[in-house]
Amino acid sequence: MTSMTDWNRIIADVRAKADPARAAAGPISGRLLTPASLLVVLAIFLAVIGIGEAVAQAKAAPDKGIMATLLRWAPLILLGPPGEFGGFVLNILVSFLAMAIGTVSGIVLGLGQISRNAVVNRLSWIVTQFFRNSPWLVLLFFVMLLTPFQFNVLGFAIPFPGWFKSTIGLALPIMANISEIVRGAVNSIPTGQWESAESLAFSRRQTLWMIILPQCVKRMIPPWMNWYAILTMATPLISVVGVNDSMTLTQDALAAEGRTELLIPMYSFLLVLFFLYCYPIARWTIRLERKYAVKI
Amino acid sequence: MESLWAALKRLHDTTGINLVHFYDGFERGRLLRGMWTTLELSVVCIVLSVVIGILGAWLQGSRFRILKAVVQGYIQFFRNTPPLVQLYFFYFALGPQLPRVMTDYGVSKPMLGSFEWAVISLSFFAGAFNIEIFRSGIEAVQKATVEASESLGFSRLQTYRLVVLPLAMRICLPALNNNLVNLVKTTTQAYAIAVPETLYVANQIWSDQLNVVEMMVTLLTFYLAIVGVLVWIMHRVEKAMRVPGFGQ
Repeated sequence: MTSMTDWNRIIADVRAKADPARAAAGPISGRLLTPASLLVVLAIFLAVIGIGEAVAQAKAAPDKGIMATLLRWAPLILLGPPGEFGGFVLNILVSFLAMAIGTVSGIVLGLGQISRNAVVNRLSWIVTQFFRNSPWLVLLFFVMLLTPFQFNVLGFAIPFPGWFKSTIGLALPIMANISEIVRGAVNSIPTGQWESAESLAFSRRQTLWMIILPQCVKRMIPPWMNWYAILTMATPLISVVGVNDSMTLTQDALAAEGRTELLIPMYSFLLVLFFLYCYPIARWTIRLERKYAVKI
Repeated sequence: MESLWAALKRLHDTTGINLVHFYDGFERGRLLRGMWTTLELSVVCIVLSVVIGILGAWLQGSRFRILKAVVQGYIQFFRNTPPLVQLYFFYFALGPQLPRVMTDYGVSKPMLGSFEWAVISLSFFAGAFNIEIFRSGIEAVQKATVEASESLGFSRLQTYRLVVLPLAMRICLPALNNNLVNLVKTTTQAYAIAVPETLYVANQIWSDQLNVVEMMVTLLTFYLAIVGVLVWIMHRVEKAMRVPGFGQ
């Protein structure tokens, strides 16, 4: 006699044969991003350090072990040189600032894209496309090399340091992409909302601010967070244009140590640092996406 | 051509707009070689990343849990770490671990150069996104279609190759398009490991000739142009492969 569990197994088996891709993917909740993959990555990182450690101990003094060296440099890479802005903290600061600047200007640009004024509309579209399709690194060079290091306003010299210039450089592509998100979100609101607002004698501006945009906010949050993660992962680019971020400091530390067996652990450390910051954001984004998904 | 170069030279002498990278034969050669390297890098990475995407999406449908976990770990790792740090990791951390090879003239050099490492790193980076894109396409294929092909006696591989993949490709083309544009833009990061691509060469030219503004404008125009061409090609492909009965 076949029991209930056997039946379930047989059904699952038939399903797996009929649609391998779907059956293998498992239930929706545990499919995309599982804590298991986080554990796998961390395990690989620890294994890398462990192997390196064994090699290092075979040929060096105990205080020169990989873990000890990593721990010695970790404060510098995380917090930057004492008394200065730098390190991973600077990466995060730049990502916050660039996101803030990019969001505000992107919303303005996005509203420009849905403007009824043909000139504003066209111009916003061109600006959006230009910054959306240019490589980040080229834009970064553009801002770094073509803006002055200080502004003179009414006889006062306002300094314009490199890290701030690079923040502007990173904010430009964010601005363009937020602009597209705003345009997309406004276009995703059913026309009926506009029409019913019009029939209730709302002006166009009132309709936009009081009816359309509040509905857009929810739809814009997941893609906005996605762009924040992308931006954070782009912040090491500022090391290329000479800012003291975690990437620069890691290379400085490697140069100071001058030991080849440190290369893999140190770069892995940086990778894991970014992973630990970005992975939870990605998970959270997917959760929100599901929560806010439009049910059809 | 010669008259155009002469006109550009006159433009420099009269207005100070320095387009030396066009009218000077040496600088033009440098720039064109750089642009060629960018195109080469882009095309090789696009092909490899699509291959990785197709293979990975197929492996994700496998029955072996460990295999799926490995693919998942790969995707999550490459999606959630900065591409620049990945590039440095491959070039500076993994590169020196490889054996060195002798050249014909008796000098040892690394087995893989910066171009090769850029190809590997960027393909793995874009490939991780492509797997997710293809997987979403595969999931969107109607279940009944797969069942029909099973009932006609197709094997798992045949079903994937002949039925699921062609349909999934069509569904996920817009997303793939986005990712490939992103990949072409990311090739500029190869600058950081001294691959002589367009940005790297442009940097050399503006350091030598001090024509930063003109060079920047040329650079941005070039990238907008190749992204434009890629988008145009992808739209043509999308149109040609359209499934009748879907969309407008």
